Amino acid sequence: MLKQVEGSRAVAEAVALCRPEVICAYPITPQTHIVENLGEMVKAEHLTGCEFINVESEFAALSVAIGASATGARAYTATASQGLLFMAEAVYNASGLGLPIVMTIGNRAIGAPINIWNDQQDSMSMRDAGWIQLFAETNQEAVDLHIQAVRLAEELSVPVMVCVDGFILTHAYERVDMPTQEQVDAFVPSYEPRQILDPAEPVTIGAMVGPEAFTEVRYLAHYRQMQALWLIPELAEEFEQQFGRASGGLVHPYRSEDAETLVVALGSVNGTIKDVVDQLRDDGVAIGSVSVTSFRPFPAKALRAAIVHAKRIVVIEKSLAVGIGGIVSTDVRMALAGAGRPVHTVVAGLGGRAITQASLREVFVKAHRDLLEYLTFLDLRHDVVHREIERLESQRRSGPVAENILRELGSVADRIG
Amino acid sequence: MFQVRIHGRGGQGVVTAAEMLSVAGFLEGKHTQAFPSFGSERMGAPVMAFCRIDSREIRLREPVMAPDALIIQDTTLLHQVSVFEGLSDSGYVLINSSRSPAVLGLDEFFARHPQIQVLTVPASHLALESVGRPLPNAALLGGFAALTGMIAFESVAAAIDEKFQGRVAAGNIAAARAAYESVVDVKRGAA
Repeated sequence: MLKQVEGSRAVAEAVALCRPEVICAYPITPQTHIVENLGEMVKAEHLTGCEFINVESEFAALSVAIGASATGARAYTATASQGLLFMAEAVYNASGLGLPIVMTIGNRAIGAPINIWNDQQDSMSMRDAGWIQLFAETNQEAVDLHIQAVRLAEELSVPVMVCVDGFILTHAYERVDMPTQEQVDAFVPSYEPRQILDPAEPVTIGAMVGPEAFTEVRYLAHYRQMQALWLIPELAEEFEQQFGRASGGLVHPYRSEDAETLVVALGSVNGTIKDVVDQLRDDGVAIGSVSVTSFRPFPAKALRAAIVHAKRIVVIEKSLAVGIGGIVSTDVRMALAGAGRPVHTVVAGLGGRAITQASLREVFVKAHRDLLEYLTFLDLRHDVVHREIERLESQRRSGPVAENILRELGSVADRIG
Repeated sequence: MFQVRIHGRGGQGVVTAAEMLSVAGFLEGKHTQAFPSFGSERMGAPVMAFCRIDSREIRLREPVMAPDALIIQDTTLLHQVSVFEGLSDSGYVLINSSRSPAVLGLDEFFARHPQIQVLTVPASHLALESVGRPLPNAALLGGFAALTGMIAFESVAAAIDEKFQGRVAAGNIAAARAAYESVVDVKRGAA
């Protein structure tokens, strides 16, 4: 049924349709509306057979989900930003133990400086933690990915993060085609655990493993994610047959076949990128884009096939590996190993800075003319940065950088973009 | 695509207004997108929200930089925030005030942009009368429907009814209707 709802509400309804048995909730912006909505559904008995547990921290949220999952319950939680960092140890435990928990990340920057707005640094900080990471481009895809994530997680016994851009998607009202309970029941069977804590048949989950077997256990975690590289497209195909729309999969190419310049990105920014691609195509520029839906496992082969024919690649990244530059582009370069294609990193949208069509258009045109540098910070205020560097160089006690810059900028409330 | 930017202060229902406008458009079968631009989340701070209306899927995620219409919920923002930034030369401006644009000191701006249609409507007063609280957001949507013709009043009323319940919904619909009718009257007078 078509609905005009907030992204968080849509995600909550999709999660409820998957019949979770335990939901652990700890609020953190911009994810809070998701668990709030689920809490209301449980209280109003729209969602039955589910225990909603308010916990004391994010560390507890995921730890309780781990415990629930180990006893055979379908477990769900959601978090963002510092919350994900606070549960970091449990994030590794969930995947190391092979527990198929689904967790929504309402993507948000990580401090300091404290910032509540969107970028993808939080998910990126956990990219090697052994969870599958799927990125939604729209709220429709956020709904569909959650339904596919439950199935994917449980078939492989691997936890899945569904990454949804904070505010830009979580707080956006747009049209969503909400599936029926019957449709979701037909797609997501009841959970058959591979391992279960059962007093009748006692097992140890989480045994200590020494050098004699640690590599093998870790290898098998990698093996399961490699299996996801064929299962993710398979589930997307089955989903399309049952629900009548394409969603999920590994990568989504857009006007890419004859493109000389190809833009690669994760998440909601792909929408704006497509609009700019259309404008530049109208001007005769051979440009296209590829949205990467599955970041972990990284679909190196599928991505290479989608982009290797282009003369150059531009990666738009909402995160920064301080000291090297791009995170996603490092993986893109690996996917293109030996192909001799330049891969440009454009760091954009940090801490909620708007990624505008005008700015994207400028970097795409520059790239197309082979004038773009290998690492660019979109819309960086060079004057502000230079003045702070001067301060740093001219005096020992130059003070806190963030505060210096804020003081220099003055009131920001009067600005639009 | 028709783009709307709503300016107000935290606590005035700016975000809710954009959401209701998106629902109203959706009810007419249009594609719509509403989203907020939170500053520091506190009462009284300047807040913006955006709404796009189109006949096809909306993919664009940037803030509304070049609005076709502005709704200004609080006149104290007129000289504090660059509210008119990017406004289309043939756009619409609806301001929550019982005073005229001239009294608000906007004559010069609109003299330079004669194609822009500007109106004020006393939305806070209308809401105070029919809801009991001076929250101007729903009333302004009624005025917006009349000013721009982008959306039918019935759709605005249905969207308000979806967002609020009972007496609050009825009061807000009444305020929106009063704003709608006052703008229709002003437009008729001008024509």
